[in-house]
Amino acid sequence: MPGISIEEVRQVAHLARLQLSDDELSVLQGELSALLEHVARITQLDTEGVPPTAHPLPLFNVLRLDEPRSGLTPAEALAAAPAVDRGRFSVPSILGDAL
Amino acid sequence: MSILDDGVVAIAEAVRTGTVRASDIVDDTLERIDAGDADLHCFLTVMADHARERAAEIDAAVQAGVDPGPLAGVPVALKDNLCTKGTLTTCSSKILGNWVPPYDATVVERLRAAGAIVVGKTNLDEFAMGSSTENSAFGPTRNPWDTSRVPGGSSGGSAAAVAAGFVPLALGSDTGGSIRQPASLCGVVGVKPTYGLVSRYGLIAFASSLDQIGTFASTVEDAALGLEAIAGHDPLDSTSFDRAAPSLVESLFEGVAGMRVGVIDEFAAEVSPSCAAATFAAAEALSAAGAKVERVSVPEVLHGLAAYYVIAPAEASSNLARYDGVRYGLRVDAPDVATMNALTRGAGFGLEVRRRIMIGTYALSAGYYDEYYGQAQRVRTLVARAFERAYRDFDVLLAPMTPSVAFAFGEKTKNPLDMYVSDVCAVPSNLAGHPAVSVPFALGEADMPVGVQVLAPALGEAVMLRTAMALETAAPRNARAPIVGRDPRPRPLATEGAIDA
Repeated sequence: MPGISIEEVRQVAHLARLQLSDDELSVLQGELSALLEHVARITQLDTEGVPPTAHPLPLFNVLRLDEPRSGLTPAEALAAAPAVDRGRFSVPSILGDAL
Repeated sequence: MSILDDGVVAIAEAVRTGTVRASDIVDDTLERIDAGDADLHCFLTVMADHARERAAEIDAAVQAGVDPGPLAGVPVALKDNLCTKGTLTTCSSKILGNWVPPYDATVVERLRAAGAIVVGKTNLDEFAMGSSTENSAFGPTRNPWDTSRVPGGSSGGSAAAVAAGFVPLALGSDTGGSIRQPASLCGVVGVKPTYGLVSRYGLIAFASSLDQIGTFASTVEDAALGLEAIAGHDPLDSTSFDRAAPSLVESLFEGVAGMRVGVIDEFAAEVSPSCAAATFAAAEALSAAGAKVERVSVPEVLHGLAAYYVIAPAEASSNLARYDGVRYGLRVDAPDVATMNALTRGAGFGLEVRRRIMIGTYALSAGYYDEYYGQAQRVRTLVARAFERAYRDFDVLLAPMTPSVAFAFGEKTKNPLDMYVSDVCAVPSNLAGHPAVSVPFALGEADMPVGVQVLAPALGEAVMLRTAMALETAAPRNARAPIVGRDPRPRPLATEGAIDA
């Protein structure tokens, strides 16, 4: 494939929730194209019938006893939050001015 | 001269028997950091008060006849992507610049239980993405052998801290060479254990199917003792092996007579003449020590790099989605939450992290998922099968560690691919989940250290470290970090004559 358009770069940045300037997007366009060209060499390999490896260990469901144990207190959990309101994480409006 | 220069085994022995006080050792460490780290910048946070308190506890225990453990009084540095309760843990990122974790990583608890003393948090490439520490948001670390050169990365701060003689033991994490490559560039031993041997609980995730915590030390024995202390099953990491941690030090000195060693053919052409020569010299040394050494072709390893640079960014783009300005870390305010997320992430992540998130997001996006990510996973299988084939004939494999000695600052920052190629010999072990170790073995260009890599099949740490021990015995003493009996601080190359064994 190699070669990625500026529109695609903008779309990927949106999917990744990254606010980037036009200059940054254009630098990334060049870099991503070069990287994709490099990694595209694996698309040439014959992997017919080869199963994918998602993980190096042959792990199946790992279960433990469902025993109660203490976790973080609300104060500990909220201690690093940028904004807190009445014991909860506080964020700006999710639906804009609609509500 | 300080007992710090005698290493982990000697320090623990001296503290346990009451010959030396942990408090004096901690004073030595803090003094050295104070004197030398302004030049090197190994540490992001020095935990002086904590270290002194812990040392007093350990001295009190020894006085009371209680054994503090196998790492009694050993000062340890932690890569700053390992969570420390109550102490800043930044991942060298602006997005976590002020983050204080509410819990300790399992390895931190294990070190404590073994009597070790955490003295500080070390610099890294932001979120462990890089091979030089130049991607740290807080400035790079310098190589103690030559401060105009990088220490490697991403665990460059930990490697340099051991090389400079600040600490005898340090922890790092290795996703695609991030322990072994800086170990090689700094002339220290760096061990990446089998995936699952060491709990990842409290290691800030980069690529979860590849990340593994390991040790740095000046000698193989010290690195092995450190690894013994942190290894073992942890219910808080569902990918940790549910079995007792192996004994590693016990068989370390049994030698390599009769061991079957395969020298991987394919990497020689990927590395500088001095790095290739060091590998062949290491092969000869093992042969002289009684091992059966042969060349082996494992062509699939050369596909590892491209597969890695799809899989690792894909996992990273998913793992780093959590930095959204909501629960912890940086927030850049905006009138609505989607804009807040995007502004926070755009401002908080550095260039390399953004690049990897973009690559990963692209590789996972509709239309490209199977072409890139799916194919990379199938190539991962090919690499693992190739190793499996090789281990039918060999107990361990030998390979170069890095394509070159430590390079100059800025040399590889212009083109991201130039930097990525630093990992070519390292990533196959991560893809397969196998252990590998870098052992200082020679001096290369500009008299900079060159490491050689020993690879082993899953849970082959004991035989791997035994081989590493044999290499260490055969290696010239001046190829190792300049600590024993020398000024631990950096010195310009012009006076490097003092480095003779």
